[in-house]
Amino acid sequence: MDTFTQIVVLSLAAGTPLVFAALGELVVEKAGVLNLGVEGLMLVGAVASFIVAAKTGAPWLGVFVGALAAALLSLIFGVIVLTLRANQVATGLALSLFGIGLSAFVGRPYMSVVIEGIKPFAVPVLSDVPVAGKLLFAHNPLVYLSIALFVAVHVFLHRTRSGLVLRAVGESPQSARAIGYPVIAIRYAAVMFGGACAGLGGAFLAVAYTPSWVEGMTAGRGWIALALVVFATWKPWRVMIGAYLFGSVTLAQFQAQAAGAAVPSELLAMLPYLATVIVLAIISRDATAIRLNAPASLGKAYHPE
Amino acid sequence: MKLRLEARPAPSRLAVWAAPLIAALATLAVGFVVFSAFGKNPFAAFDAFFIAPIATRYGVAELFLKASPLMLIATGLAIGYRANVWNIGAEGQLTLGALAGGGVALAFGEREWPAAALLPAMFVAGALAGMLWAAIPAWLRTRFNANEILTSLMLVYVATLLLSWLVHGPWRDPEGYNFPQSKLFAANAMLPILWPETRLNAGLLLALAIVALAWLFVRRHIVGFEMRVAGLSPGAAHYAGISWRRNVWLGMLAGGACAGLAGVSEAAGPIGQLLPSMSPGYGFAAIIVAFVGRLHPAAIVLASLLMSLLYLGGESAQVNLALPSAVTGLFEGTLLFFLLAADVLVNYRPRIARAAKRA
Amino acid sequence: MADSPAVVPRLALRGITKRYPGVLANDHVDLDVLPGEIHAVLGENGAGKSTLMKIIYGIVEPDAGAIRWEGEPVQIASPARARKLGIGMVFQHFSLFETLTVADNIRLALEPGQARQLRQRIRDISSRYGLALTPARRVHTMSVGERQRVEIVRCLLQKPRLLIMDEPTSVLTPQATLRLFETLRMLAGGGVSILYISHKLDEIRALCTRATVLRAGRVTGECDPRRETTASLARMMIGGELPHTVHREAPAGAPALRVHRLDVPADDPFGTRLAGISFEVREGEILGIAGVSGNGQKELLAALSGERTLARGDAVTLCGAPVASLDPLARRRLGLAFIPEDRLGRGAVPEMSLADNALLTARGDGNVAHGFIRARSVVAFAKRTIAAFGVKASGPDAVARTLSGGNLQKFIVGREIGQCPKVLIAAQPTWGVDVGAAAQIRQALIDLRERGVAVLVVSEELDELIEICDRLAVIAQGRLSPAKAVRETSAEEIGLLMAGATPRETHAPVVITG
Repeated sequence: MDTFTQIVVLSLAAGTPLVFAALGELVVEKAGVLNLGVEGLMLVGAVASFIVAAKTGAPWLGVFVGALAAALLSLIFGVIVLTLRANQVATGLALSLFGIGLSAFVGRPYMSVVIEGIKPFAVPVLSDVPVAGKLLFAHNPLVYLSIALFVAVHVFLHRTRSGLVLRAVGESPQSARAIGYPVIAIRYAAVMFGGACAGLGGAFLAVAYTPSWVEGMTAGRGWIALALVVFATWKPWRVMIGAYLFGSVTLAQFQAQAAGAAVPSELLAMLPYLATVIVLAIISRDATAIRLNAPASLGKAYHPE
Repeated sequence: MKLRLEARPAPSRLAVWAAPLIAALATLAVGFVVFSAFGKNPFAAFDAFFIAPIATRYGVAELFLKASPLMLIATGLAIGYRANVWNIGAEGQLTLGALAGGGVALAFGEREWPAAALLPAMFVAGALAGMLWAAIPAWLRTRFNANEILTSLMLVYVATLLLSWLVHGPWRDPEGYNFPQSKLFAANAMLPILWPETRLNAGLLLALAIVALAWLFVRRHIVGFEMRVAGLSPGAAHYAGISWRRNVWLGMLAGGACAGLAGVSEAAGPIGQLLPSMSPGYGFAAIIVAFVGRLHPAAIVLASLLMSLLYLGGESAQVNLALPSAVTGLFEGTLLFFLLAADVLVNYRPRIARAAKRA
Repeated sequence: MADSPAVVPRLALRGITKRYPGVLANDHVDLDVLPGEIHAVLGENGAGKSTLMKIIYGIVEPDAGAIRWEGEPVQIASPARARKLGIGMVFQHFSLFETLTVADNIRLALEPGQARQLRQRIRDISSRYGLALTPARRVHTMSVGERQRVEIVRCLLQKPRLLIMDEPTSVLTPQATLRLFETLRMLAGGGVSILYISHKLDEIRALCTRATVLRAGRVTGECDPRRETTASLARMMIGGELPHTVHREAPAGAPALRVHRLDVPADDPFGTRLAGISFEVREGEILGIAGVSGNGQKELLAALSGERTLARGDAVTLCGAPVASLDPLARRRLGLAFIPEDRLGRGAVPEMSLADNALLTARGDGNVAHGFIRARSVVAFAKRTIAAFGVKASGPDAVARTLSGGNLQKFIVGREIGQCPKVLIAAQPTWGVDVGAAAQIRQALIDLRERGVAVLVVSEELDELIEICDRLAVIAQGRLSPAKAVRETSAEEIGLLMAGATPRETHAPVVITG
């Protein structure tokens, strides 16, 4: 593989955890709920998938369990925010802290365990096509899954009636309820979907990208995913672009090191975080775009009656 | 028949103070379950976790030692939280404070400056550095409307990397056997010990002084009042001419300054040098302390003692029960979850709803 | 009552009761609506009308009582069920989704199978009933009157047999109100029953054939409004006479508030641009600004109160001093007071006590010294305000959100007046307030005028403005008409001015009434 292809393939892989987490959070926010617990959910997904993969030798089972575990954890968030009407920001933070603590606690015995992860898969015949073959058809299966997820989310939100209802709920839960839609139930479903997606993102890291478990291995990707949703002004295709761009920034530090640059590795490692800050500033500046695209009820408490 | 939540006409003052207690008890109950699930006798575990760490003189001193940065940071954060300014980057601001104070200590400690001059210089540097680190999210919010939660959090990672680079590289102790650490601070750069034969230092006095100042500001000063209004009702604040930009700056800088001071306290106290990690997550634990303490200075002191106990318990559990010390983080998160859940009782009353009678 | 005893009421309520914490919203309410009847439900704010409608539409379950639909007992457990029965509701506060199109908004209210050929059906209904609509437009670009049409068409597409209209004319010009009445008469003529909720007595007398009067949750009367006078309806509604306000003629003095060529761009995509607004309010006079909501009132009030500052400092002058670049606190120090249109969440912080809320704007009088709050002074101020305005509350410690709308409004009005301002601006001062408190507030404004204060009232309630103002101007599409003395103008003329600058309204097709 030549360098360009290698960069593209690695960028896609590096951006994939962000794709999973950000697409999930996008759906949640479109329903009007702000879930700041993505980092914690990703870590729980990562540790659960790793443990199952290590114990059963079946990494795909691990991925499934990782998504499930994160979905269940997000259910706790749902109960506290949707039924008990707590502040969404505080509860999201609590979820992240809890997820970080829980994953560290449960994963301690697995710190130096080695597993056989999910490897990139070269599609027969297609991947032998010159140029495009290695570029498009030799990715990790979970990367393909993330792209399928993008298509599914886009179609759901913009072409189905259920997607329209979900968007309406995010726009004005009071009006949705007045017409008779079960706002709380719809939001629960969105929250759990977002949780499962974040879990998939974490599982990808632990079982495919760098098959291992390290405490805090998401290194802030959950937070970056949240910023990505804002950067994308809540449009799925922009999430994809942003995620892969960030993937390539993450890679930049390795590329620079490999090229023997004199910059200390720690300073290079700052790049994704600084990039997130800059991107957030640029996009948030356009208050009109935010106002028109952000779900109007995002983050606001909803009190039926 | 089903359980319904009925809105209370006025918030219940009893629930405001009962909720943290309920949350603490519920967390203890979860603790019992966790300990049992790991095959430990829950009562022995309870003792090892909550009682044994503070059963000695040294233990009590440790309790206050760990509580002091927590109450200091939480007090600063609470000023911002009251106004809905969400500084989540205290951990990074603490790191920068430790860096700045440590930098001053390393630069001037050898030069025989008296502690009475050096220590204040270190603390001022630390507070300024913490404020600088908090000023970035404040500026981004007021100028670009960028969400301060995400920006302050990203800067935590940047701060940690900055510290890591410095102690691995330019500031590494040449006689430190290549370990990533700075030189030890000279004696005149260390906080005086308050209680002989313990590690409890004067940082506690600084923390308590800040708590008192904050109490005065919040309860008695018009700006403190205005920040409370802004947090409760941004529309009313706008109507009253309260500047939201000023609130963002004040809220972030207060948290940054306090976190910076706490960073210096740690560097010039129990740690005594600069290491890649200057805090076991105090910046994040302080967020929980602020909530459990209801953003109220006096309750924050109590909540910081509770959180400190959780830290000591975690260390004790690692030694005596062979549980990972990450159990602390688990309990912290659980405590906050239960508090947020119990908070529903402040504004709502649980009721069993019967089906409507049909005539 | 029904002409022939054999006519089965389309809707019959018996003994409907609903209790909320602290208030009995509906108390054994009985109601009969006949086919093709336009039936008014009359009552002042807080009488229980909205709750009753929510019960009929299935949003809320009654604690007790029975409902019969066309003679058969029914349970209306949800809005979907209500719609299946044939009940449609046009809400007072629209339940629309701003960033979605008209078609999508309507689609959401229909069952999945019913949305075929939606755009064509929308166009058919619009033209049949004179409710012009473009299906592909996004709601946030539409005026308030147009949004109401979306709500109505949404209901009509489901062929309702009972249509509930909740305070529909509060957002309409007088001309648009007449067009609405024509539409409703057409529907009633076709056999649709209409439940018309309102507190506007003249409209009810013009439109409705039967009325049920609610007071404090109970039915206090039933009548044919065409045979009643406004006074007799008022007596049933409030249990007494409509309070009068007392005017005394007094010459006005020098201009205290002057606005000169005020130009303000809209600061959000849903707002209105102000263009060349000029007027003045003199000492000892009340100037009213009438207009349908959404024509620039919010922007004008923000520019006057200081919530929006401008570069050109002399666009607004207060007793001669340029204030347009000053913030609200600075303007208050110069003698301005402001009663905003939202009580909770703007005029007062709901979770704070009345004493704390007093401190929100009353910073003078020794309440604050060197930046520190003097609690005793603040509490005394709150106590004085409560006493002077008869605010029913447990004391200065009472939490603002526990007060009724009228009482909280009285407190806010009292707080502003208690600062002895030179200029008072009031936005919708009696909105959502019971009749007794509303009269008290209006009288307070008039008394203020007699003490030589300049008062500006911005309101959508034309009747109220005509009652208390000396001069009146109209704001439409961000422009202000010249102010005229109230005696020299009429409701019709004002109504035309309110609609005059909105070309879409005047080009709507006129429906011939039968």
